[in-house]
Amino acid sequence: MADTASDDGFVVFDRVQKSYDGETLVVKDLNLSVARGEFLTMLGPSGSGKTTCLMMLAGFETATHGDIRLGGKPINNIPPHKRGIGMVFQNYALFPHMTIAENLSFPLEVRKIGKSDREAKVKRALDMVEMGDFGGRRPAQLSGGQQQRVALARALVFEPELVLMDEPLGALDKQLREKMQFEITHLAHQLGITTVYVTHDQTEALTMSDNVAVFDDGRIQQLAPPDELYERPDNSFVAQFIGENNTLEGVVTEIKGDTCIVKLDDGEVLDATPINVNKVGDRTVVSIRPERVEYNKERLQEGVHTLKAEVLEFIYMGDIFRTRLRVAGNDEFIIKTRNAPDVERLTPGQQIEIGWLPSDCRALDA
Amino acid sequence: MSDMTDTSGPVLAADGTPLKRSLAKALRRQKLRALLLISPLLLFILVSFILPIADMLYRSVDNKIVVQTLPRTVQALSDWDADSGQLPEEAVFAAMAADLKEAAAAKTHTKVGSRLNYENPGMSSIFRKTGRNAKKFDIEAGGPWKEALIEMNDDWADPDVWRTIQTYSPPTTAGYFLNAVDMRVGPDGAEMRPESEQIYMNLLKRTLWMSLFITFSCIVLAYPVAWILANLPTRQSNLLMILVLLPFWTSLLVRTSAWKILLQQQGVINDVLVWIGLVSDDARLVIINNQFGTIVAMTHILLPFMILPMYSVMQTIPPTYLRAAKSLGATDWTAFWRVYFPQTIPGIGAGSILVFILAIGYYITPALVGGTKGTFISNQIAFHISTSLNWGLASALGAILLAVVLVLYWAYDKIVGIDNVKLG
Repeated sequence: MADTASDDGFVVFDRVQKSYDGETLVVKDLNLSVARGEFLTMLGPSGSGKTTCLMMLAGFETATHGDIRLGGKPINNIPPHKRGIGMVFQNYALFPHMTIAENLSFPLEVRKIGKSDREAKVKRALDMVEMGDFGGRRPAQLSGGQQQRVALARALVFEPELVLMDEPLGALDKQLREKMQFEITHLAHQLGITTVYVTHDQTEALTMSDNVAVFDDGRIQQLAPPDELYERPDNSFVAQFIGENNTLEGVVTEIKGDTCIVKLDDGEVLDATPINVNKVGDRTVVSIRPERVEYNKERLQEGVHTLKAEVLEFIYMGDIFRTRLRVAGNDEFIIKTRNAPDVERLTPGQQIEIGWLPSDCRALDA
Repeated sequence: MSDMTDTSGPVLAADGTPLKRSLAKALRRQKLRALLLISPLLLFILVSFILPIADMLYRSVDNKIVVQTLPRTVQALSDWDADSGQLPEEAVFAAMAADLKEAAAAKTHTKVGSRLNYENPGMSSIFRKTGRNAKKFDIEAGGPWKEALIEMNDDWADPDVWRTIQTYSPPTTAGYFLNAVDMRVGPDGAEMRPESEQIYMNLLKRTLWMSLFITFSCIVLAYPVAWILANLPTRQSNLLMILVLLPFWTSLLVRTSAWKILLQQQGVINDVLVWIGLVSDDARLVIINNQFGTIVAMTHILLPFMILPMYSVMQTIPPTYLRAAKSLGATDWTAFWRVYFPQTIPGIGAGSILVFILAIGYYITPALVGGTKGTFISNQIAFHISTSLNWGLASALGAILLAVVLVLYWAYDKIVGIDNVKLG
């Protein structure tokens, strides 16, 4: 993450701060640049400042300090209705007293677009989300998924260059959510619009985005494409927040080039990649993904350290096995193994040895 | 299922009885229990609300007093042709004398007198004066009664007196209702009363338009308050809510009297206006004991009834609608007018019905601050109930008021739809 955002982005947050009460900052020194056509997701726990950022971009909150630029122009003083930004709200905010067609027609009417033009655009937008037959209905007569599509169509019907989405899939069931994730990304890329998407669901963030900004404590903890975020988290917050993660605590005893040796608190030793540990003697939290842990001795790399583990629980999940271990005093150490004919099924009480590639194990800040 | 082999007959329950009967039996207990639970309330409402209303409504057409007090006269008068201009025959007078003797003994002759006096002023005194001697009438020997009665009171020689008795002899009458709409039964059927005697229609019209005006002022004043209530943080809105409810906890009389103090010519408002020089001392505004005073005081008193339903509807409208409208390009005003306002109409409707129906029957405030020009029809009803004791007319006026409210309610349902009314 650069310290100051570059100017070439379509949406730029430049040293933005936000405080509601004048005492605490909800958003602390935010720098962010979104390229034209990019799908950026703001991901973070509730209270991390992500929704506040979105509201500042939409114009419903004003930044306490700093500039927000859209297409190179500062928009701090432009009221929301003149920003021309499409927005999809958490509960869709479809106007209950208007039909679907009237809902879509509303942004066109306030822009004084002629009747025939309006009808054509509404029809095109509804067809785009496969809701062409529902123009005469009221929002209350539609299912959650259908309302979601209409809300999307309404945010797009006036052809904005930027669309904001505030947890738009939160109210849908799992299956529908996955389908809509797919449809939204498709539509966004197909229309070439820039999208800023807010969610607290990390799966959603990973599957949909070009880039994910992980928020915590009013700051962006890491801004990276999904694969990089998952495989190479910058700090222990990101490692914990994105996906499932095992942690072990210890002290760095040796650093040589891109690997280091960590001595755990119970005396065992392991190999890791130093990420944000600086010197020997630093305390560290090492992070390892459940699916990167190996317990088949034949597959373990020669010369790396292994740890003793006791199997506590074996859960059959169909496509994968999920096994809970006790490792160095940690009872919540999870490993995931693919369900394949050659994979050994572990039984509770079994003593095994586990290991991993040093590159998969990251020594992060304590 | 094995016991469903005979598909042609009615569906049977497991024990072989028809399913419908079985279901009805199962539900009967529930229904009976529900009825038992509400029966005390039902009984109370029946005795204290429905029966009195029915009784009052019946009084508006009840006219049994004439035929009960003067049975012989009514019988004898049935053949008399009122349009002939002739006095009835001796038999009628004799019947009247016999009736009066009985009535005077039972002391009911003044009652029938006042009943007939509503229709023909002067009747009351005829009956009262003649009744004084009636106990001593000797029906067999005292005749001929035509001359005797006329001698006692020469009003008996007026055919109009007999016409009135004949017209109002049936046990039911439309007389009270005609009276309530400023009409009367003349020689040629129903006719309008002379303009100088017309009161009730004008009063009804005034009641209606003032109630409408009060409802409208309440809407205008309550809307912003309800909006603030619905949009403030809970703690401040609770405080504001207490201020809104405060009038409910103050006696109605105290509030109305407070308006008297504020509005009278030597009152607070006039004093302030004179002090800042807007009004000269010898031209103080008359803002009480007229329509203005009634409208101000009643708007204030009925305001909470408008605020509360509006507030409870506004509370259910999430602020995201306004945000959505603005993000779609609507200005603040367009967002309000096209998105927010239409969703508050159920609240306005509920408040309006509530305030209007309360206003149209309001009594105490117009009586205290309305003077003569700012009183409502309810004040006339009260007058006839407690002062003039013309309960029939009071009932007729009340029935008309009830009908007007029902008609307006029906019209509202047709135009706005009663489903659109929400109290929260």
